[in-house]
Amino acid sequence: MDPIAGLSLGFANALSLGNLGWALLGCFLGTAVGVLPGIGPALTIALLLPITFQVEATGAFILFCGVFYGAMYGGSTTSILLNTPGESGSIITALEGAKMARNGRAGPALATAAIGSFVAGTIGTLGISFLGPIVVELALKLGPAEYFSLMVLCFVTVSAVLGGSPLRGLTSLFFGLLLGLVGIDLQTGQPRMTLGVPELLDGVNVVLVAVALFAVGETLHLAWRHVGGASEVRPVGRIMMSGRDWKRSIGPWIRGSLLGFPFGVMPAGGTEMPTMLSYYAEKKLAPPEAQQEFGTTGAIEGVAGPEAANNAAAAGVLVPMLTLGLPTSATAAIMLSAFQSYGINPGPMLFEQQGALVWTLIASLYVANVMLVVLNLPLVGLWARILKIPQPQLYAGILVFATIGTYGISNSVTDLVLLYAIGLIGMFMRRFDFPTAPVVIGMILGPMAEQAMRQALTISQGDWTTFVTRPVSLAILLLALAALLGPRLYGTVRRVRD
Amino acid sequence: MPDRRSLLAAASLLLAAGGRPAAAQARFNSLYMFIPAGPGGGWDGLGRAIEQVARQAGLVSTFQFENVGGAGGTVGLPRFVGQRRGRPDSLMVAGSIMVGATFTNRTPVGIKDLVPVARLTEEAGVVVVPAQSEIQDLKGLLEALKANPGGVAIAGGSAGGTDHITLGLILKALGRSAKEGSYVAFAGGGPAQAAILGAQVKAGISGLSEFAEQIKAGRMRALATTGAERTDPAIPTLKENGLDVVMTNWRGVFAAPGIRPDARQKLVDFITELHALPAWQEMLKTRDWADAFLTGDAFTAFLAEDQAKTEAVLKEVGLA
Repeated sequence: MDPIAGLSLGFANALSLGNLGWALLGCFLGTAVGVLPGIGPALTIALLLPITFQVEATGAFILFCGVFYGAMYGGSTTSILLNTPGESGSIITALEGAKMARNGRAGPALATAAIGSFVAGTIGTLGISFLGPIVVELALKLGPAEYFSLMVLCFVTVSAVLGGSPLRGLTSLFFGLLLGLVGIDLQTGQPRMTLGVPELLDGVNVVLVAVALFAVGETLHLAWRHVGGASEVRPVGRIMMSGRDWKRSIGPWIRGSLLGFPFGVMPAGGTEMPTMLSYYAEKKLAPPEAQQEFGTTGAIEGVAGPEAANNAAAAGVLVPMLTLGLPTSATAAIMLSAFQSYGINPGPMLFEQQGALVWTLIASLYVANVMLVVLNLPLVGLWARILKIPQPQLYAGILVFATIGTYGISNSVTDLVLLYAIGLIGMFMRRFDFPTAPVVIGMILGPMAEQAMRQALTISQGDWTTFVTRPVSLAILLLALAALLGPRLYGTVRRVRD
Repeated sequence: MPDRRSLLAAASLLLAAGGRPAAAQARFNSLYMFIPAGPGGGWDGLGRAIEQVARQAGLVSTFQFENVGGAGGTVGLPRFVGQRRGRPDSLMVAGSIMVGATFTNRTPVGIKDLVPVARLTEEAGVVVVPAQSEIQDLKGLLEALKANPGGVAIAGGSAGGTDHITLGLILKALGRSAKEGSYVAFAGGGPAQAAILGAQVKAGISGLSEFAEQIKAGRMRALATTGAERTDPAIPTLKENGLDVVMTNWRGVFAAPGIRPDARQKLVDFITELHALPAWQEMLKTRDWADAFLTGDAFTAFLAEDQAKTEAVLKEVGLA
């Protein structure tokens, strides 16, 4: 079935009243779980698995895809409003988004995230429909060596969040790398730095650390510095995006989407790397007056780009699942097990054997995407009003919210102890001007880079030149080098010339 | 929120059962089922399958589930042992993955602290090469492994798991040391499959169900399965090729430590009755699980043998 015929069949099925109902329910549930930190789409779909005994396959998968897309939309809301990212893909959104909210621009931040998610979702779904099989064959050519080089490239992006003092920034980064080491080493099965606590065997959850540093740390810091102070109500500001906001968002939306989709398709890509790269690119590409807003009052580019990258990557994750039966994320793995409970074997032959189901599913992704933007845009005004809550109550609420969400990750008291211990560290980091974002970046990239490097070296039998003799890997490394040295060389050349 | 989670599952299953009248005498009013893995995986699947069949047959009125995932089950294991000690109405799902994990993690609490009830299912592993590989059959792979084990990178699941042990046993059977193998561990089936499909590695080892679709589509070539007998009539076993290696990924249920012998017998009787139900045989067929029912002393003896085999390989690789 060619894509056009497939899509028209798919839309004919997806637009039936029953399937629209499943899509709406999925979008609604997804938005709700996306908003809560800790409870992600994977867990939600796992909880919904028993419905596969009752509901026919098409309806169930439309529901699951609605949850999946909805969670990506909802994840940005708490990142922006409460500095509490719901999942790892929206951690970067919190960097600029929360600063915009604090400076009376919560409305535009939420709106650019919602519309950016729509743009990215549409581009991503178009990618699934027309490019999927080709992109996935290309992505298979990437091995651990290339992934390691990609992570080296991502490490360059740390420089965008280091803040004024490189020493402080790098200290934060190494703290993150240290936290990332905790747990069982994948290549040897040996526990590292778990201090004999079984709950630490699986490592420290990165969303937990982000919530602890961003939300708990800030709340504790505020409580510490503002004892007895008058509570100020934050300005809500205008809700809609101005013409200038639109103009500043369009580029980042498109660039973020184009960056995110291929990363999602890569079997070891994920949503975190493209959000980092998008943030870095937008910071470098922004005009000088917008660059001043990065890290201070919050730049809209820094929300629009990463949020689009996150959503496009999420769409990309569906490509290897549908075309090859490869589960490359937790959510995809659970969806695959749902396929199996219907007696459908997801694999390279899925498109041929279950064409109608797959195209209906893809069509329902378009539908879900439209539903989500329609659901979410009117909510922007409502969400932004949360900020009118007086600060003590608002921050108390954030603490409750962060605590419940963290407990939801694994029902473990150890996680709560970690949340507040790291939150306390976050409080001191804020007090002494250590940036917290490098901690999270180090934690995400460190373990991924380590595993990719060791996998590559096992394959090459310990030959380090594998990173430069494989052409794609070499190209990525050169790009990283250019990104690191380029601006400095350019600056020196200009100074010499003046 | 395990309670709400299990309520949700229980509610939907109540709908599924349609309030069917109890056919048999209920053996347990309520049974607590502990899954040391996240929802959606193999252990979770077995636990929920037991619930589905037992409730429909009226063997158990209600189930309470708790999932504590991570580290091959060794995060949940100490919690089950600590909190359910002496409780006769508790079951935990576990399997061969946990055997390896308790050795590599050196956890103070091990399978020895559990009371074996029954082994229920098993899945054979499969050795594959990418479709474009120059290796045509098992003989070719074994020759390459014998000549230079380090040069044959083999992908599979986490280090110390069933796939890794299988490679170690193959190398030992070839007269090489398990340590010489070039094993590339991947987190989960997706990335490992991608590395094999993209020919980043020379070969791969994993559960047959993980690779079955890729084999059917001709993107991977199956060289051998690791069970005692052929699972797929078209794929020979390692044993047929003269290698004395049998390694399967088995799953079963265990009781909490400190329960009385009669309480254990009651659980064994319950699982035996469950296994005899036509609904269970139906379940095995739809899930594509091989029946590996074993209970009592035979199961205990099997466990001891499995642990010794696993420990020997892991010691040789230097992981235990």
